[in-house]
Formats: sequence, C-alpha cells, structure tokens
Amino acid sequence: MKVLVTVKEVAEVADDFEIEGLDIPERYLEYDLNEWDDYAVEAAVRIAEDRDEDVDVVAVTIGPERSEETVRMALAKGVDRAIRVWDDALAEADVLDPTTTARIIAAVAEDEEPALVLSGVQAADTGFGATGVALADLLDMGWAAVVNDLELGDGEASVRRELEGGVEELTTVDLPAVLTIQTGINEPRYASLRGIRQAQRKELAVHSLSDLDLEPSLVDDALTLSGMAKPESESDATIFEGAAGETTAELETVLRDAGVGAE
Amino acid sequence: MSDVVIVADHRRSELRPVSYELLTAGRELADATGGDLHAAVVGGDVERFAERLDCEGVDAIHTVAEGEEFNHDVTAAAVTALADALDPGAVVMPNSVNGLDYAPAVATRLSLPLVTDAVAFDHDDGLTVTREMYGSKVETAVDVTSESVALTVRGGEWPAAGGVGDADIEPFDVEIDASSIRSTVRGFEEVGAGDVDIGDAEFVVSVGRGIEEEENLELIEELAEALDATLAASRPIVDSGWLPKNRQVGQSGKVVTPTVYLAVGISGAVQHVAGMKGADTIIAINTDPDAPIFDIADYGIVDDLFEVVPELIERFE
Repeated sequence: MKVLVTVKEVAEVADDFEIEGLDIPERYLEYDLNEWDDYAVEAAVRIAEDRDEDVDVVAVTIGPERSEETVRMALAKGVDRAIRVWDDALAEADVLDPTTTARIIAAVAEDEEPALVLSGVQAADTGFGATGVALADLLDMGWAAVVNDLELGDGEASVRRELEGGVEELTTVDLPAVLTIQTGINEPRYASLRGIRQAQRKELAVHSLSDLDLEPSLVDDALTLSGMAKPESESDATIFEGAAGETTAELETVLRDAGVGAE
Repeated sequence: MSDVVIVADHRRSELRPVSYELLTAGRELADATGGDLHAAVVGGDVERFAERLDCEGVDAIHTVAEGEEFNHDVTAAAVTALADALDPGAVVMPNSVNGLDYAPAVATRLSLPLVTDAVAFDHDDGLTVTREMYGSKVETAVDVTSESVALTVRGGEWPAAGGVGDADIEPFDVEIDASSIRSTVRGFEEVGAGDVDIGDAEFVVSVGRGIEEEENLELIEELAEALDATLAASRPIVDSGWLPKNRQVGQSGKVVTPTVYLAVGISGAVQHVAGMKGADTIIAINTDPDAPIFDIADYGIVDDLFEVVPELIERFE
C-alpha cells in the first residue's frame, strides 16, 4: 500500500514585521513545516507502523530548494521518500489558485498511484484550505475534509470530520481517497537523531513542471496578488501601561467591578 | 451582466446563519455586474429552507431534494449542474467545514479559479477579493482576471439578508449518478461533554499558546481558582492534549458568553474569536501589541503573562 502525504514549507511572520510592496522581507520570515502537514505526516507514518503489509509513505511538496530542509524533517520522522516540484514559473508566481496547486500535485499522484492521500486541512500562510479536496476531485478519488480521527478498513476509511460548534460527523469514505487532516488528530513525533541521519540518505527527487508533462503556463492562472497590508487595528481596548504591579492593580478594579472576587 | 449563484449551508435540519450572509455577499456581486441573484439549496428540507431564503433581493431559488443531510458528493454534483445551466459569473459558497468539503470540487469541475475565505469584495476594476494570510496578520487583495470565479466567504463578514423577497422557487432536476457517491454520513456526535460546561460559566479564564509548556498550566489553573472562574483554552492547548476538548473555546469548540472573559496568551485568531466575542467584558494579556485579540478586547495588558499572572493571583487570594 502506498500513502502519499502532501507537505508544504510555510513562512511564519515575526510579531513585528513590515510589508514592502507585495512582499514581506526575508528578515521577518521563518520557515517551518506547515502545522497541519505535521499531523498528516504523523498519521501517514502511523499507518505504515500499524499495518502488517508493507506501506510506502511518499511526501510531495511544491517549493524551492530551501524547502528541502523541511522535507528532510518529514523524512526523518519516517516518510520513506520525497518528491519536490519546482520550476522557474513557480518562482515567479505571486499567488497560486489552489486548484492550480492541486493540478500540479495531481500530476505527481497520477505517477505514484497511492491508495491514500493525506494532506493538511490548510496551509498556515496562504490559508486556502482547498487543495486536498480539489486534488481528490482531479484524481477521481473519494475524499473527506477536516478529519480528526481516522481508521482504515477494507476498501474504505472511517473518519470523523470536525464540524463547527463541537459537532463531529462520522463518515465512511471509499478508498482510494484524499483525507485532509486537522490538527489534534495525533501527537506528532519529534525526529530522532537516528531518523535525521537516515533522512540524509533517503531519496528526494526534484521535478520541474515539464518533467510532469505540465505546461509552465498552468501557473499563469486567473489570480493575481494586487495588494498586501497589515489589517487596520480596530482596537478600542483600554491598555493598562506600566509594570505588572501597576497594570494588575488597574485590572483588579475592572474585575471587581464586574463582580469577580465577590464572595 | 452576469448572474451570481450562492449555495446555502445547512446542517441537521437547520439553515446555518452564513446562508443569509451569503445572500448579502451574492447580492453585492450581482449588483456590481447588473445580474440576478440565484440561491441553491441542496438536501434537507429544501422547501422550508427555500421559504426562509426568500429574502429581499433574491431573484430565484433552486431546490435539489436529495438526501436529508449534507453529502459533499451530492452537493458538488448538484451545484456543478446548476452552474452549468445558469452560467453565472460567480458561484459563492460558505467557507464552512462543509463548504470547503465541496467548493474545491465545484471549482475543478467547472474549471473555475477558486478564492476561499473572502472577507470583502471590490468591483472597481473587475473583481478583487480581500482575504487574510499568515493567520490574520496580513490582508491581501487578489485580482480575479477570469470571467467567472468560484468563491467561499467567511462567516460573520457580511450582514445577514432580511426582509421578504419575491423569488421564483423551483426544483432543479439533476441526475446524481449513484456510483459518484463515495462517502456516507453515518451520524453525528456532540463532543466535549464531561465534567464542566464552559458555556454556562459567568467568569472564564482562557489560556493559549503563550503558556508555552504544559507544566506552566498550573499557573493559569491557580488564576482561575483565585478569580473563582472556569478554566478554558484555545485550540493549540487542546490539540496538545493539555486540556480536554470540552474546555475548547472557538469555532470548532464551544461558544461562551460569560460576564468576563480573560484571555491569557491567546493571539485571537478568527476561529477563536468566533467562540467568545459575545462575552460582556473581554480582557487580554499578551506580549504582542498587534495580536488580533486586542481588536476585540475591552481591556488589555501588553506584557509577559509570567510577570502579570502571579501578581494578579496575589491580588485575589
């Protein structure tokens, strides 16, 4: 059985950052494995560990060379091999339609023919939350979005989908399928030193769009970034200033006025 | 002139509030291009839903009576077929958990670009969608250069449509191929039952990622005790397994409406705010002065919680 897990290296912005034009300068950015994908990787690796049959876990990412460090972390956690897609055309794109992202990953998945694809619910940076379901549809697979519990059966997966307001939907999905994995589904492991050493020797293939028989013009999709700004603060909060001794004195007054501490 | 189709959101026999907000967002888009506003309702008690959705400004409502509950295979097929028939300029869907369970498939089947989680539209020169990135830290403008587009809109950003409309309500016939149904909903479960219902609490002390380590939770437990408040948390604390799910405040957790909500080390992501914005008095303690929690707070302290909380405990002990 083969499990494909989609991973993305995402940028996190520092608390105090600036925007220059349509970019945030590198000095304000830190890169890491997307949080949701960390849970998806863990779910994939656990499937490999728990099943009697041989399970091949393959990670796929779209990202520049820098992202190999992040992909190696997934390999260190137990992913068997990885595929990185990159292209000059992708380097120039400012915002990718999530269906375009899905088309690129679909080209990889068509070669790999996985029985199961796990992707994070969303990427922490772009936050589209759409790639996994688009991917499933392009691959003509079943799917379930926002999964926080997963049990693989014979030809089907039993999942819980986390809906709003503390309600979970119990759903059965035919395999092959794409499941988008929600945070909290498991406890992602830390990579062991041994895992990190092994990861250096694992296969990490790099493909351009043309390697995947995709036209670079695919990236030139209908979405263009035209503005980027910090949201205007709507805050009209009263901020207490000073040392903790002073600020907590003022806060105490507010709390007691609201009835806190009244026996 | 291009028409707009919105797709209502329903769950367990009720229309969800975002459905009415979709009508407002859809009307705005239709007005910009001089088109008609169509609403689609797929599954559930479609006739009752259609009557409810017949608000001011709705031109037509299309009902697809297929199944009691939401099923993404059915909804994707029905919405795709309806959009094929109407050829709208925009298909507008909810950015809910279920919306995101079919909207991407609608986009790929219709070969439409997809912009999710829209919070505003601008129509000056074609359609520009405002949406957030980096967990609400950045607002981006995305230009849509195609004739038609698939959109999902965030709940709570547009006012709910009201009034009484005069829409044509008609069933829409669609063949749903049984072999295309690959998922079955077996049931629902309420989570977060347990020792306490944070929804009933008068005072809530809520803790977030700023607490850093599980062992530091004790400090917040002490604070809750000193204030005689109920302890709650934001998602990362529950994801880490440090507190049970019934303590989680937010979109996927509980909605709380206490007299006082004290948020400690919580940045205030939109999913969290959805669960506590109804509190009478909101107080935030956070090191980041730009944290979105201060947008909704009435009072705030910009400081290290490990400095502030011990002092505060002392004042109430």
